[in-house]
Amino acid sequence: MSAEKGLNLTLKVWRQKNSKDKGGIETYQVSNISPDSSFLEMIDILNEQLIGEGKEPVAFDHDCREGICGSCSMYINGQAHGPGRAITTCQLHMREFKDGETIYIEPWRAGAFPVIKDLMVDRSAFDRIMASGGFVSVNTSGNTQDANAIPIEKVNADMAFDAATCIGCGACVASCKNASAMLFVSAKVSQFSLLPQGQTEAKQRAINMVNQMDEEGFGNCTNTGACAVECPKEISLENIARMNREYLSASVAKE
Amino acid sequence: MSKLDSRIPEGPISDKWTNHKNNIRLVNPANKRLIDVIVVGTGLAGGSASATLAELGYNVKAFCYQDSPRRAHSIAAQGGINAAKNYQGDGDSTYRLFYDTVKGGDYRSREANVYRLAEVSANIIDQCVAQGVPFARDYGGLLDNRSFGGVQVSRTFYAKGQTGQQLLLGCYSAMSRQIGKGKIKMYNRHEMLDLVIVDGKARGIIARNLITGEIERHSAHAVVIASGGYGNVFFLSTNAMGSNVSAGWKVHKKGAFFANPCFTQIHPTCIPQHGDQQSKLTLMSESLRNDGRIWVPAKKEDAEAIRAGKLDPTQLKEEDRDYYLERRYPSFGNLVPRDVASRAAKERCDAGFGVGTNETGEAVYLDFSSAIMRYGQEEANVKGIHNASEAQVRALGEKVVEKKYGNLFQMYEKITADNPYKTPMKIYPAVHYTMGGVWVDYNLMTTIPGCYAIGEANFSDHGANRLGASALMQGLADGYFVLPYTIGDYLADDIRTGAISTDSPEFEAAEASVKERINFFVNNKGSKSVDYFHRRLGKVMWNKVGMARNEQGLKEAIQEIKAIREEFWKEVTVPGSADGINLELEKAGRVADFLELGELFARDALERNESCGGHFREEYQTEEGEAVRDDAGYTFASTWEFKGEPSEAVLHREELKYENIELKTRSYK
Repeated sequence: MSAEKGLNLTLKVWRQKNSKDKGGIETYQVSNISPDSSFLEMIDILNEQLIGEGKEPVAFDHDCREGICGSCSMYINGQAHGPGRAITTCQLHMREFKDGETIYIEPWRAGAFPVIKDLMVDRSAFDRIMASGGFVSVNTSGNTQDANAIPIEKVNADMAFDAATCIGCGACVASCKNASAMLFVSAKVSQFSLLPQGQTEAKQRAINMVNQMDEEGFGNCTNTGACAVECPKEISLENIARMNREYLSASVAKE
Repeated sequence: MSKLDSRIPEGPISDKWTNHKNNIRLVNPANKRLIDVIVVGTGLAGGSASATLAELGYNVKAFCYQDSPRRAHSIAAQGGINAAKNYQGDGDSTYRLFYDTVKGGDYRSREANVYRLAEVSANIIDQCVAQGVPFARDYGGLLDNRSFGGVQVSRTFYAKGQTGQQLLLGCYSAMSRQIGKGKIKMYNRHEMLDLVIVDGKARGIIARNLITGEIERHSAHAVVIASGGYGNVFFLSTNAMGSNVSAGWKVHKKGAFFANPCFTQIHPTCIPQHGDQQSKLTLMSESLRNDGRIWVPAKKEDAEAIRAGKLDPTQLKEEDRDYYLERRYPSFGNLVPRDVASRAAKERCDAGFGVGTNETGEAVYLDFSSAIMRYGQEEANVKGIHNASEAQVRALGEKVVEKKYGNLFQMYEKITADNPYKTPMKIYPAVHYTMGGVWVDYNLMTTIPGCYAIGEANFSDHGANRLGASALMQGLADGYFVLPYTIGDYLADDIRTGAISTDSPEFEAAEASVKERINFFVNNKGSKSVDYFHRRLGKVMWNKVGMARNEQGLKEAIQEIKAIREEFWKEVTVPGSADGINLELEKAGRVADFLELGELFARDALERNESCGGHFREEYQTEEGEAVRDDAGYTFASTWEFKGEPSEAVLHREELKYENIELKTRSYK
């Protein structure tokens, strides 16, 4: 593998000093990139190169580099997390690119996710939505009933798990033409409404989280489905339907 | 006089925690509102501690360097969490979990702490289910379990290969609830850069706002360090890129003793390094060893042919394969503890049987073909397909394996471009977890009054080797159920103290020294990047302080690390300014601390003239290459006091008394 020829690439990267700066695209060259390297390792190499030239490296969010922390958030050649399905940027490998290719790298674009530097955006709107209702109101004292006291149908447990695998990266928002956060919010609403422990507050939760989502300035859902296609964890659109049901029945009950 | 008082309660081990809770002082609910607690780190330990402390009524200020508490590296834990529930009826009990953990830790942990951990483990599962954590269930709707290394029962609860994620999101939910109420003030993208001590007590921290670059003073009546482990001292590890020792190291430099720095876990099943451009290593969950069989070719010429790409491993006949773990350790087989499995892999590769196609040739196989056929046959029987063809059985088996480990197989394929259903996975050991850490007493308090350390950041529960699925257990036990009780005993003195002012000379001095260091970095006109030094440090650590250590290598390592550190302070360059986001500046501070820790780490390994757990000294082994412990000489925790330079640190010993478990040679044969 290591014997394969390295890649030479042209990178068009969004550079922006801070949230007030206008920002723009800069062009860089990198050479001899191993096809086995990850996309972020390729950016590391670019950054080493920039530091060597006495320039500021490209700022980007990243941490676990194994597809689970949800930090990395690049828009690569017009796609959230780049080409390929069900991956984050850190799971994208350079073997997906051809020698001599030009790659465009931009931050998430959404009003509710302001750019704070280069490829880094502020996703704290997600945290505020979570604080408005993304929990089961149970104290963490340990004095609850036995974990096996309520059997949960495997199908529901599995669906709740699938919804719960959301990593909060924001690719759904970045991919949506309306910059809607419905997939993110509905994943959390669904996880809890599918489990008996979460059902008690299901209605209030849906209302609170949707209200906060609107307040943060995310757009509406028009069922285009781009979010689910780009989601690294393949969160299903059915969750949005489930949240709409919860929201509707909660709104009717409130009247 | 030594400050080491472990404060282990009196009485029989099974009553210690109950008695202790009955006797320690409490803070009444009205007074809790007058008390602030700082928690640094929001992983399983810090997140759960923040949530419970806030629920109890304390005002919590929580800090994380990530953009959200949900991204702390606990999120990446895959396999599971242990609890002595005995749902499987296979003979599990609190005592057995306690015993397995002490034995797994090679008799270098503190009995009383481990027993308490085993005792509260069952509560964790109840708690998490109540919070809506979607654990795996069977068709009857009850919780499912699997087996992990070093034990002979099934006590591991899991959520596919994403258990850490689900548990952390549970913590994050509990935190979010308190953030919404205003009981937790969350400081995202903030990094603690120093501890502030006033009148001998921990009273606050200096933190950098990583967005604005501002240096901030934060005060509290107690400070809890929950910042995880320091595996990144090796540069390449399975830790997140940002994981660091700095919070723990700062408190060490301010007077907290640091225990057993050399106790590091090298995890046996990681994806081998692909080349020099690599930035981090990826773990493949230990749960895979439930069904995967580890082997290398029995003949060297076959191994050579595989490395040269001339032989396909699937073509190798059964009798030409060496299932070396099953051969050496028949009773535990592929599920021996991590330290044992890692060393065995290194032994085979060093002997020339490795199958890596990378430059080092370092890799062994983790093979699912027999599991696929076994499960496939079972499925065929269930479905009533008689005379199923081999291809049919294989297809059915692959489906079963996909259900169990699908996300891990997918992760492997994404990284390596090999399909593990068709060809065996290639794996090799990598740095994963650090058992050592800030020394704490039974209350989880460090040697600085009012400064606590919980989770991976402390040292107490895993001895010289941690068993799989026990890190999540310890993080949540410390955070949800232990610290929130024990901290009251200390804070009971603070009900009349009132808010702590940040306008004191102590805060001023701490802030000044933090600013001085930052100014140095951004103004130093060096010629080498931070990573350049970090990589060099990592190479020394891996080659001389890694899976096998010896006296000469360690002595060399100490000198080499010191030399790298000196060069770092002359030659490091940090582009950009201190105002605003500067990721290189953040890294520079962390690597500076690693360069000090690394030296102490090597010194600790040199001082411990025995092999135990993850600490393997080549001088101390049997003829078959098994570790030789020296209980007469080293049944203690090595606890270091900072004296200006790592080379001047003073060793204190906490003698470890085994009153409930007999010290034995650890055998998994």
